[in-house]
Amino acid sequence: MNILVLLKQTFDTEENIVIENGQISEENVEFIMNPYDEYAVEEAVKIKEEIGAEITAITLGPSRTASALRTALAMGADQAVLIEWDEQEADEWTASNLIAAVVKNRDFDLILGGNMAIDSGSGQVAIRVAEKLGIPHVSTITKLTLNDGTATVERDVEGDVEIVEIQLPFLATTQQGLNEPRYPSLPGIMKAKKKPLKTFSVEELSLENEDVTTATVIIDQYLPAKKQAGQILEGELQDQVSELVQILQNAAKVV
Amino acid sequence: MNYDLTDEQQMIYKMMKEFSDEVVAPGAEQRDKDKAFPKEIFDQLGKLGIMGLPFPEEYGGSGADTISFAIAVEELSRACGSTGITYSAHVSLGGAPLNLFGTEGQKKDYLVPICTGESLGAFGLTEPNAGSDAGGTETEAKLVNGEWVINGSKCFITNASYAKIVPVTAITARKDGKKEISAIIVPTDKMGFSVKAPYEKMGLNASDTTEIYVEDVHVPEDFMLGKRGEGFKQFLITLDGGRIGIGAMAVGIAQAAYEKALAYAKERTQFGRSISKFQAIQFKLADMAMKLELARGMLYKAAWLKDHGRKFSKEASMCKLYASEICMETCRDAIQIHGGNGYMKEYQVERYMRDAKLLEIGEGTSEVQRMVIAREIGC
Repeated sequence: MNILVLLKQTFDTEENIVIENGQISEENVEFIMNPYDEYAVEEAVKIKEEIGAEITAITLGPSRTASALRTALAMGADQAVLIEWDEQEADEWTASNLIAAVVKNRDFDLILGGNMAIDSGSGQVAIRVAEKLGIPHVSTITKLTLNDGTATVERDVEGDVEIVEIQLPFLATTQQGLNEPRYPSLPGIMKAKKKPLKTFSVEELSLENEDVTTATVIIDQYLPAKKQAGQILEGELQDQVSELVQILQNAAKVV
Repeated sequence: MNYDLTDEQQMIYKMMKEFSDEVVAPGAEQRDKDKAFPKEIFDQLGKLGIMGLPFPEEYGGSGADTISFAIAVEELSRACGSTGITYSAHVSLGGAPLNLFGTEGQKKDYLVPICTGESLGAFGLTEPNAGSDAGGTETEAKLVNGEWVINGSKCFITNASYAKIVPVTAITARKDGKKEISAIIVPTDKMGFSVKAPYEKMGLNASDTTEIYVEDVHVPEDFMLGKRGEGFKQFLITLDGGRIGIGAMAVGIAQAAYEKALAYAKERTQFGRSISKFQAIQFKLADMAMKLELARGMLYKAAWLKDHGRKFSKEASMCKLYASEICMETCRDAIQIHGGNGYMKEYQVERYMRDAKLLEIGEGTSEVQRMVIAREIGC
């Protein structure tokens, strides 16, 4: 069984984010594997442990991105592919073209990727890859059971569960609740460096120019306004209610 | 020169940081109150291959370097000093002497369970009248019919309740009034061997500190660890590594105190602005940040020297001495910045200070470190 895991290195959103000239400053930023992609890696490693699989982790980005791949290797992936992309962040169009170009020459039975990246949050790249490869996809999965040539998948649909039967090969995006990603073990970390990590330049993928030209432009980025302190109403309940209505009508102007 | 951690060291740092924040930190305050040993944390660390971090893979270890060990101790200690000291003693006092001086058979029998986490590592050196002055050792081992018969007691022994073996230092002969001291491996299930944990400590309440009683314990002659008569010399070598562990603990606890103080100073408002805007508070925080940076630099340098097979006694002592002293200063100032809140257990900084105090005492007091450094610089 061949499993491909698509992952992204993101900045840690729990750290202080600084925006300079409309760009997120990379100075002193902690880079991590996108948490939703950790579910994808974990699921692949679990399948490997249960029935055996060869896992390839794939990403694109500058050279620092390799550390996210090494983490996947330390968690149990067997090999990794890095598509070198040094320019400003690839949009969903470009990223999916680049990944599809690498994937289409490989054998795979299953492709897993995070439901979305916590930085851009578009949730598009993985399912675009499925489209470009002409395979079905199922998104936001919370349970995956492999049968002979098919899979039974539970997906999160806005709090409800949908059960889907699907033919291999397919692509699935992983949602919180699917599993509990493991900490990479120390022997895993020590072995990660010895596992193969292949690097592709964009030129090597022989794509058309328009396929590697971003189709969207980020015009501006800004931090959300600081939350104001709340107001606590006091006095008799009756008075509080009328005061609240007053505020909603006159100050907040929502009623 | 290269000040960057290697890829492996960075990954170990990340993993240990996450593990410490998610698994170790949440129960630290309660464990301190309950004096509850975090056995399940060490089971998990065993599964992750951390318990045998610096030991060779052939004995179940992970073959990582001393800098990685320092990182692991620092991160655990940042979350919980008791967990940090348990781990540091397990590796540097429990595992290291077996790895350095043990025979192939001893390593297979006793280093392997230490690496897997099945057994914690412990070492029995300190006695009521003997610590850095080995001359006071009273525990005695006599060779009778090919067996060592050992009698004596040890105090302040970390981890012995969870250890399968405890090597102890004992007098194995007396020549011209001088004691010959050797280390002998004692399985803890031997008849006559008992462990008690009677202490009420100032801090590190969740770590296992024990008294050991050895009464007519018989072990085979080949349970000698290392060379006969070199028990104390071997222990001094072991302690050099242990001091890196204590230095790492100090950096970890100081880091925790500094982070808490910085966050509190930014959040706490008095006289219409956050107290981090007052120079009196700023200078304390600036000093903390500087001392931490210096202590960590010394820690990594001592670890780096050890990893490169260079002499590191002086640097290990400097690292232990400096880091433990700035750790106490940082904890004290962190409490001061917290004001009345700092005196309350809820804010955790008082626990850091109680835990930190041991670091100026254990594995050689600050005074002994100064003696070591003085000797190294030729006094």
